[in-house]
Amino acid sequence: MQKRVKQRLTSRRATAAAIIIAVIWTVPTFGLLVSSFRPEDNIKGNGWWNVLTDRQFTLENYADVLSPGGSQSPNLLSYFVNSLAIVIPGTVFTLVLGAMAAYMFAWGRFRGKDSLFIFVFALQIVPLQMALIPLLQLFTKVLKFGDFQVLPSGTYAQLWVAHTIFGLPLAIFLLHNFIAEIPGEVIEAARVDGAGHSTIFWRIIIPLATPALASFGIFQFLWLWNDLLVALVFSGGGADVAPITQRLAEIQGSRGGEWQRLTAGAFVSIIVPLAVFFGLQRYFVRGLLAGGLKG
Amino acid sequence: MEDFADKGLQVVVGLAIFAAIIGLIMLVVDRAPKSGREKLQVAGFLAPALILLAVGLVFPALQTSYISFTNRNGEFVGLDNFVWMFTQPEALVTLRNTLIWVVLVPLLASSIGLAYAVFIDRARGEKALKALVFMPMAISFVGAGVIWRFVYAYKGAEQNQIGLLNQILVWLGQEPKQFLLDAPENTFFLIAVMIWIQTGFAMVVLSAAIKGIPTEIVEAARLDGASAWQQFRNVTIPTIRGSLIVVITTITIGTLKVFDIVRTMTAGQYETSVVANEMYTQAFRAGEPGRGAALALVLFLMVLPVVVYNARLLRKQKEIR
Repeated sequence: MQKRVKQRLTSRRATAAAIIIAVIWTVPTFGLLVSSFRPEDNIKGNGWWNVLTDRQFTLENYADVLSPGGSQSPNLLSYFVNSLAIVIPGTVFTLVLGAMAAYMFAWGRFRGKDSLFIFVFALQIVPLQMALIPLLQLFTKVLKFGDFQVLPSGTYAQLWVAHTIFGLPLAIFLLHNFIAEIPGEVIEAARVDGAGHSTIFWRIIIPLATPALASFGIFQFLWLWNDLLVALVFSGGGADVAPITQRLAEIQGSRGGEWQRLTAGAFVSIIVPLAVFFGLQRYFVRGLLAGGLKG
Repeated sequence: MEDFADKGLQVVVGLAIFAAIIGLIMLVVDRAPKSGREKLQVAGFLAPALILLAVGLVFPALQTSYISFTNRNGEFVGLDNFVWMFTQPEALVTLRNTLIWVVLVPLLASSIGLAYAVFIDRARGEKALKALVFMPMAISFVGAGVIWRFVYAYKGAEQNQIGLLNQILVWLGQEPKQFLLDAPENTFFLIAVMIWIQTGFAMVVLSAAIKGIPTEIVEAARLDGASAWQQFRNVTIPTIRGSLIVVITTITIGTLKVFDIVRTMTAGQYETSVVANEMYTQAFRAGEPGRGAALALVLFLMVLPVVVYNARLLRKQKEIR
């Protein structure tokens, strides 16, 4: 029976269409990867599909973009570290605060809960673009006492907080969907035993919600790693704080013809997300889908 | 190396401060006096997120709304910025492009994603096939910009092409083309990049939804002699409707806010700008925060119906429960 189902669903034309889609989706990245290992003259001289006859490969492009140097050098290693330093705390903060709020929206008892929840959900409406200028002013002018800035410029702190804020509406929404599905008896039993919210949250909710936390965490990680807009506004742009996407965009803007640097640089910038993606993809959707996306 | 140690230290300190704050909240809600304990606990859990949202989203949104009625000197000018937006040819192009984006990207990304999910369902090597199409999701818009600028790269007809698409044109006996320069079709070539990125998301979510369809329903339809297409229309689509709405909503919102692709591939030149990019340009480059804010407000109004629709669905679901 399994076999008959299979035959019905995978007709030849469907398979052909699937293969075409898969090829279109893969070839651009593959071309870039091949190019990043070719010497400059070859990249600029002919297409990467000529590698079969034009077999010259080099690591020079990577050495060039990674090595520290003057302001002319891409110096990507330093920006790479910045990306990690921005993304890891940014993800952790969003996950913890989002899960705490999601738990209360799912299991707390207070008036106006549903309305408040829908309001928080609706905050996804606010385009980041609307929030940037006021938030920047808040960080640099309001949260300042004398010379002491609560979130000092030129550090990662502003980026962490900004990313956390922008990630929260979706985090709360998705985690709530999952946490609300946890059987009520489990939580009631704990309550009867006299457990308070903090005990229930850390001992029951967090362990049971691990799949959802993991999958949202992975997404949040990818989003923050790939962000450009927030970085442009809050990082100040130097090698001290700015993430790799920002540097790559700069190289692209100022020297768009340097394909040897662009191809290698692009690959350095996508290596972490790709590793996360291929390493952890089985956690991706399972947790995220378990709650909210049912028909 | 010293540099990296310094950066690591910042991260450790940041995490430690955060842990201390959370620990403090937990300590306080645990030790609360019996009367009003529940209330305090609720507040303790919700407050950090709600304060951040109020300060970081609600208040800024209100402030931006106000700014949209002021000029570059901060004087109140009524609807001038909006008049500018709906009368200047450049601004109108931006609006038109945004509309094209928001119609095409969700529609095509979801359809291709759904088709692919159905085609490869239970096929051999399904996981690998999924990974190939999902991979662009992991790549930044900036990285995708580089990848696609390379695909679209142009060289004169007498030279060797280095961009794949132009090489294909040459192989077909055509002249190579400046894909990103020629309006209005260049907008569609930018849109293709966004579809390339978003299709994987649609595919993975919809595929999971398809797998969640109870086998009895599929069996029943099959016994009734439904063809593959009938099954798809009458069983698959209605059952996964919820997921489909989530996917389309998510992609629509993402598309309205899209910024990086346009920014890195054409910087909004050659009539390719969209509202989100123009907003950045006006507010941070041209020194016209009022116009930027007005554009942001229009963006907000465009997302509004999508979110209201979803909020209503959500409310309905809650009532059922």
